[in-house]
Amino acid sequence: MSSMQQVLAAGPPMSVKAPLQPPQRRHLRGSDFRWAIAFVLPYAAVFFVFVVYPFGYALWMASRPSLYADLIADRSYLPAVVNTLLFVGLGVNVKIFLALLLSGFFLLPRRWIKALLAVYILPWVIAAAQACVSFHWMLQQGGLVNGVLSALFGIDGPIWFNNRWLGVGANIAVYIWKWMPFWTVIFLAARLTLPRDVFDAAEVDGATGVRRFVHVTFPLLANVYLLCTLLSTLWAVGDFTTVYLVSGGGPAASTDVLATLGFHYAFDTARPALGVAAVLSALPVLIPVVILLMRRLQTSEVEL
Amino acid sequence: MSVALALPQLARRRYRLRRVLTEAGSVILGIVLLIWSLTPVYNMFLIALDPEEGEIEFDGNLWPAEPSLEGFRAVVTQEARYLEHFWHQFGNSLFIGLLTMVLTVLIGSLASFAVSRMRLSKGSLLTNAALLTYAIPASFLIFPYFRIMHSYGLSNNLWSVIAAQVTFATAFAILILQLYGSLVPFELDDAARVGGASAVEVYWRIYLRLMMPALAVVAIYALLLAWNDYLFAAVLLAVRNMTVAVTQGQLFSDTDAPWNAMMAAAIIYVLPPIALLFALRRHVLASLTIGGVKGYS
Repeated sequence: MSSMQQVLAAGPPMSVKAPLQPPQRRHLRGSDFRWAIAFVLPYAAVFFVFVVYPFGYALWMASRPSLYADLIADRSYLPAVVNTLLFVGLGVNVKIFLALLLSGFFLLPRRWIKALLAVYILPWVIAAAQACVSFHWMLQQGGLVNGVLSALFGIDGPIWFNNRWLGVGANIAVYIWKWMPFWTVIFLAARLTLPRDVFDAAEVDGATGVRRFVHVTFPLLANVYLLCTLLSTLWAVGDFTTVYLVSGGGPAASTDVLATLGFHYAFDTARPALGVAAVLSALPVLIPVVILLMRRLQTSEVEL
Repeated sequence: MSVALALPQLARRRYRLRRVLTEAGSVILGIVLLIWSLTPVYNMFLIALDPEEGEIEFDGNLWPAEPSLEGFRAVVTQEARYLEHFWHQFGNSLFIGLLTMVLTVLIGSLASFAVSRMRLSKGSLLTNAALLTYAIPASFLIFPYFRIMHSYGLSNNLWSVIAAQVTFATAFAILILQLYGSLVPFELDDAARVGGASAVEVYWRIYLRLMMPALAVVAIYALLLAWNDYLFAAVLLAVRNMTVAVTQGQLFSDTDAPWNAMMAAAIIYVLPPIALLFALRRHVLASLTIGGVKGYS
């Protein structure tokens, strides 16, 4: 483990602030200043052309208030809001919590567990689209899942994508499958940076198993846990591929989330402004998350 | 251990029982995780090895009845329906991936060098901009991108996807490089400056070399982000220009699609990243742990 990783994984309490920065800030000489500007320019251009302008453009596209009246009036909108809440709420929290627990499992000093980790991170490496399509066919009638159900228990599996809640559940499960390994590795790294002596002390005091987790491990990791949850929430709201390719929004658009519903409005029914408005309607919930996240990240990692 | 020895017989037996239970529990958990992780992968092979194309004929089969490599052959020779342009699309994926990688490393390292090594004032604006990009869900920007790429004259052009990928990858690059850069000593730069080296020389001869590990992480990250992307390529490109990742999703309405070939294509497509990641395990684990990676697009 490099020290770089440790700094990050540990989060604020242990992060190294400006370890090697010389205290004085020289003024840049003229030619150097021009060079520095020239070096920053490409990134600044990318940021303004592909982040600021499109974002402003999106706000402008969705600025007509009547769009939101249209949204509320649309039969698929409110179900999509509920689905998004379920997808993000359950998907993110179950995933992050299980990832935290599993990171402890992968720390056990066994060789086969190390080997298992290599298999376990496969879902993260496999392209989301390909994985989602595989899940889609696995859950079809005559697919692998129902085949296993009838072979093992002799029951006819349900028609998964004919029922809203089964469809939403399948989307969430695939989302967890795809992204849990990634967060497990993050927690794994974070755990590796925890001070050893605290655990020794806890063991002497008789805190083992669940009690050690609740009173020692979790408090130490609480900050990383919060950061991961916030970041993951933002990305889950933006996740389009999972729902689009697993349930496809069906049956009858009842499993759509805001991202796929917006896509549907914009590209299938040619109402792009309505599509932007649908996705943008998550903004009031997202902004506090972004602000909280930026504060946390700035005080922890990025203040170098 | 000495504590355990001092315990009375009963407690010792209980201690041993708990050890056995823990061991059994971890083995069971291991098996569950193995099944959980590999089932969809197994399913890919199950469908890909099925000889017939057409409707889903594997009727609850748990393994391919007559395994055949027909699906793979049809992909490689581009005979399967929907996959007539497979190698062209594969090339597109590669082109987008490599260019995203190169541009991300270049743009990210230049900006990071200017701010952290040349100590350009107001440098924190840069990391704030990167963080802000990081925090915007990608599906948010896809609609304006679709319009804007038109007005930039980039519709149905691979460069539009590259631009989108670079936007998200450079944000990550800057956060990583800023972080790593703060751990690399300044003495070498300063010595070189005193010796009369220009800013460009310091960047090229010293900075890039010192930052090699972090640059490798950024490069792999950018390549994977672009290779595994679905959304941007799906929206911004037309069929022939598409990447392989996208062709998979086009045909849900077609129940008669050649699914064995589609799954064979999926397997071929996911192999390069797996090979790359296992070859470069250590770098990748480092990238994973640096503060969380924007793994989505």
